[in-house]
Amino acid sequence: MKFDAAAFKLTDLNSVQVRSLGIGVLGLLLTVIGYFAKTEQFFFSYLTAYLFWVSIALGALFLVLLFHLTGTVWGVTIRRILETLMKILPWMAVFFIPVLLGSHHLYEWSHVDVAAADPILSKKMGYLNITFFTIRSAFYFVVWYLIAAKLYKTSLAMDSGAKIEHIKTMKKVSAPGMILFALTTTFASFDWIMSLYPHWYSTIFGLYFFSGGLVGALTLVIVIGLYMNKRGVMDSVITVEHYHDLAKFTFGFIIFWAYMGFSQYLLIWYANIPEETIFYLDRWRGTWPIITMTIVFGHFLIPFVGLLSRGSKRNFTYLKYMAVFILIMHWVDIFWMVMPVLHKTGLRFCIFDFTAMAGIGGIFMWLFWKQLGKHAAVPMGDPKLEESLNHHNP
Amino acid sequence: MKSGKIEGVIAEFDNPAALIDAAEKMRDSEYTKFDCHSPFPIHGMDAAMGEKRSILGWIVAPVAFSMVLFGFLFEGWTSTIAYPLVISGKPLFSYQAYGAIAFALMVLTSAGTSLFGMLALNKLPRFHHPVFYSDRFAKVTDDAFFVSIEARDAKFDEKETVAFLKSIGGREIELLIADD
Repeated sequence: MKFDAAAFKLTDLNSVQVRSLGIGVLGLLLTVIGYFAKTEQFFFSYLTAYLFWVSIALGALFLVLLFHLTGTVWGVTIRRILETLMKILPWMAVFFIPVLLGSHHLYEWSHVDVAAADPILSKKMGYLNITFFTIRSAFYFVVWYLIAAKLYKTSLAMDSGAKIEHIKTMKKVSAPGMILFALTTTFASFDWIMSLYPHWYSTIFGLYFFSGGLVGALTLVIVIGLYMNKRGVMDSVITVEHYHDLAKFTFGFIIFWAYMGFSQYLLIWYANIPEETIFYLDRWRGTWPIITMTIVFGHFLIPFVGLLSRGSKRNFTYLKYMAVFILIMHWVDIFWMVMPVLHKTGLRFCIFDFTAMAGIGGIFMWLFWKQLGKHAAVPMGDPKLEESLNHHNP
Repeated sequence: MKSGKIEGVIAEFDNPAALIDAAEKMRDSEYTKFDCHSPFPIHGMDAAMGEKRSILGWIVAPVAFSMVLFGFLFEGWTSTIAYPLVISGKPLFSYQAYGAIAFALMVLTSAGTSLFGMLALNKLPRFHHPVFYSDRFAKVTDDAFFVSIEARDAKFDEKETVAFLKSIGGREIELLIADD
């Protein structure tokens, strides 16, 4: 991997691309074995891995929208990385096909006879049916594609000379884009995760899913950045000041995630209504408390205390391990949301949980490196770039 | 001519850049009890003056952590020992409900510690400062930039300090003489 500092372009990306693709293909092939060996397990493992990666791409999309709306200075140097991550969203539609094909294994409501016999589900059949589910999912991907494509195209156009129209376009797309993003992400989480337990409902669920994805996107950018810097690439572009700000954001959204998670929990705990408490009851059976408590400590308390001080946000070695740890915890969080539906009696890991993660993740990263190498790795035409490069934390 | 105790000296500088420049020279000199005055915040002034980061965070953190623990235990004590009431059929020690109040107590005490700690570290409130003996100094709220050195400084010497301020580009150098 090399960096052409004049054109802000990454070259010699072959090795990392080949490695990602290799991991991805191998992971997917191994996961396919799961389809024949343990069909149900395969679909749940796949859904967990899929949600992990799609939530990160969504987190990246949110950050790009936020950057355009707030007119960020510090974030300009890392914006192209985020834009590249969000550009993978349309590809995630392809990876959604297995979820759609496996909906009978995943979603109880997809069995029309079961749903019709259930007094609650029969009332929800107008919303929860395969046709409408497919249409809605397609709609989300179209919306995400349109926003991402427009922002990416405008950002590329800026590379060869920024015009005021470009900045205006980005703001004009981002404002309604943010509203659409909030609605589509909320409903996507309702459809893809919450409907795994069709009797249960929680209005804050969309925010919970989104905040986890945002933390995932931030930590993945930290990991990617440090990975490149270690190879002497872009270390003059993404400096300690930018990592400091990324870590601040991570810290803030770790708290936001915990706030959402606790808000959901406290109200359900307090009201104590059986159709609501079932969600937490399922996660307190058998060995599931291990994972539940792992999230409380690993996804909140440890990163919270661990990222509190200024020094911890500016120490690259420490930050790298912390970011990887938080990414793993984000996966555990998704696992915790999805898996208790399948393994009701207790916690069970399966090899396909990990092969599916490697499979989708490998392809995801391959798409990322391929796209990042195509154009300048920094929005070089952005008028705020110079200021961003010299950004300094007080 | 005023005839009181000399409490310090001020020198005027032409613009923010000159003030930054002077601050760096002051930092590299042996004077410690100096300050820079400007009508608006100047970026990079902290570094130019060689100011260390505030220790306020290290004062607030222990307060925050101990108060969140205190809030939690206090609620536990009230609802299990002091006033053991069964509320909505929940166990007496329902720790889930304590989070919100323990958190709020932490925020309240941290905010208070931050505010009053900041004031204390800045030696505020204070009612007077030697720089106010100078009439010219009133311009600092409008369009003038000053460096002041206090007479408490170990290196302070009436003639040498004035000469030093002159050498780093100060003009209109004025001794701060107590006249009350």
